[in-house]
Amino acid sequence: MTMLDVNGLNVWFGKNRDRVDAVKGASFQVGTGESFGLVGESGSGKSTILRAITGLAPDWSGIITVDGTPITGKKRPRGFFKTVQMVFQDPYASLHPRHSVDQVLGETLHLHGFDDIDGRVAKLLDDVGLGQKFRFRYPHQLSGGQRQRVAIARALAPEPTLLLLDEPTSALDVSVQAEILNLLADLRADRGLTYLMVSHDLSVIGHMCDRLAVMRNGEIVEILDVDALRASNAAHPYSQQLLEASL
Amino acid sequence: MYGTCDVSLLDVKNLWVKFPSRHGVFDAVRGVSFTLGRERLGIVGESGSGKSMTGRAILRLIRPPGIVEADHINLEGVDLLQKSEKDMRAVRGERISMVMQDPKFSLNPVMTIGDQIIEAYRLHSSASKAEAYTKSLEMLEAVSIRDPERVMRAYPHEMSGGMGQRIMIAMMLIPNPEILIADEPTSALDVSVQRQVLDIMDRLVKERGMGLIFISHDLNLVADFCDRVLIMYAGRIVEVCDADKLHDAQHPYTRGLLNSLPRLDAPRDRLEVLKRDPAWSDAESVSGRI
Repeated sequence: MTMLDVNGLNVWFGKNRDRVDAVKGASFQVGTGESFGLVGESGSGKSTILRAITGLAPDWSGIITVDGTPITGKKRPRGFFKTVQMVFQDPYASLHPRHSVDQVLGETLHLHGFDDIDGRVAKLLDDVGLGQKFRFRYPHQLSGGQRQRVAIARALAPEPTLLLLDEPTSALDVSVQAEILNLLADLRADRGLTYLMVSHDLSVIGHMCDRLAVMRNGEIVEILDVDALRASNAAHPYSQQLLEASL
Repeated sequence: MYGTCDVSLLDVKNLWVKFPSRHGVFDAVRGVSFTLGRERLGIVGESGSGKSMTGRAILRLIRPPGIVEADHINLEGVDLLQKSEKDMRAVRGERISMVMQDPKFSLNPVMTIGDQIIEAYRLHSSASKAEAYTKSLEMLEAVSIRDPERVMRAYPHEMSGGMGQRIMIAMMLIPNPEILIADEPTSALDVSVQRQVLDIMDRLVKERGMGLIFISHDLNLVADFCDRVLIMYAGRIVEVCDADKLHDAQHPYTRGLLNSLPRLDAPRDRLEVLKRDPAWSDAESVSGRI
């Protein structure tokens, strides 16, 4: 089963002399229940692929199929976000500063038409290891790791099957990163989630993913298994270079 | 190691940074002492450990109600704490430069990158605009930015985090300072670019005899790049060691941090989570003076 199929994806920003081709002809498949990683340097287009899937990058061409349904244009149908959710890089920027945790989660559940919002908010907080005492706090009263847990809870609220993770731990300390990575691994095992994870840190991808694509200047240069990565069996010189730099 | 022992550029003794709050005085930095020679000194620790505050206190960038107290902060024998605000302005940028954590907040959002670099350059020298433009292009190339002409025309929001940080480093290096305080300069960059930026800083330490204070949360990077490392926890230095011996560090906090990193060569199902001991924050600060 293929959860996500990206075929010949191009994404660009701007026009004329300021046009930037952020992604050029990217193709990959992610199976149901798989964890797939995208690595590359900044500006290589890895986050842009996630943004194109969710409709945050309006100018794109190619074929994207999510769970058997092709997606088109800028707008996504409402049901799309019940399947696909995203966790952003910076938990300091992705939460509304004047909404309490309860409002953030409650609003998401309300928009997706759930009933028993009260019970679901409580359950979500327990699932991400925060507990009830955090329910009426505001983002500035939380640490970076706790905020990222709230962002993960928000992404889990519509019960998605595909989670797009855009550098979920790069703004966090290593000790907190370990907690969040453990949480993400547990959630995937419990709920049978599919992950598409972007990171610049090859060891994080190596820890979390089954397969990965190496990107450079908007192109996928190589797709390989994590086992091959661990055995230093990268074929493309750029992947070898990345691998050397992170060992 | 470079000639570390001959002259110490910077000598900090018993530095405290305090913030009065409704719940009493909060001590962000508690009695930190260290010296900096013509070397690469790393300061590592988690967020909230006081490492950035230490860097800011040296430049006297902590605003009231924050309080900075120290026996002395000597820059080549002259105490910075005794200087007037006007004299400090001649120190900042010219003699001690700082690269801040987040390029998003340190670049002016309504000025093009080119104008900002040119402004910074002409503030410290009497170069013409055309000279400054050529020099700016050169510096952007030196921090490996592709297509520098387009970047000169662009605004900060059009840049990725990594590019923004390289632009900041280019700006800070133009006045040729004696000490560079780099606060998480490469955390937003990828490994390949990180190396290039570190090489640039490395060259400056070697060729110009610059002192570098490298603040980072990345233990492996610091172990790799610096000469000496101070490990901070809750405002205190818990351990001082040579960077190449960091992996044999003794303190349980340092060990815990090292163990919580995922490693490609040693896969594990679960990562180790740091267990904190309250005694770590009560222990006296270790001195980093030579």
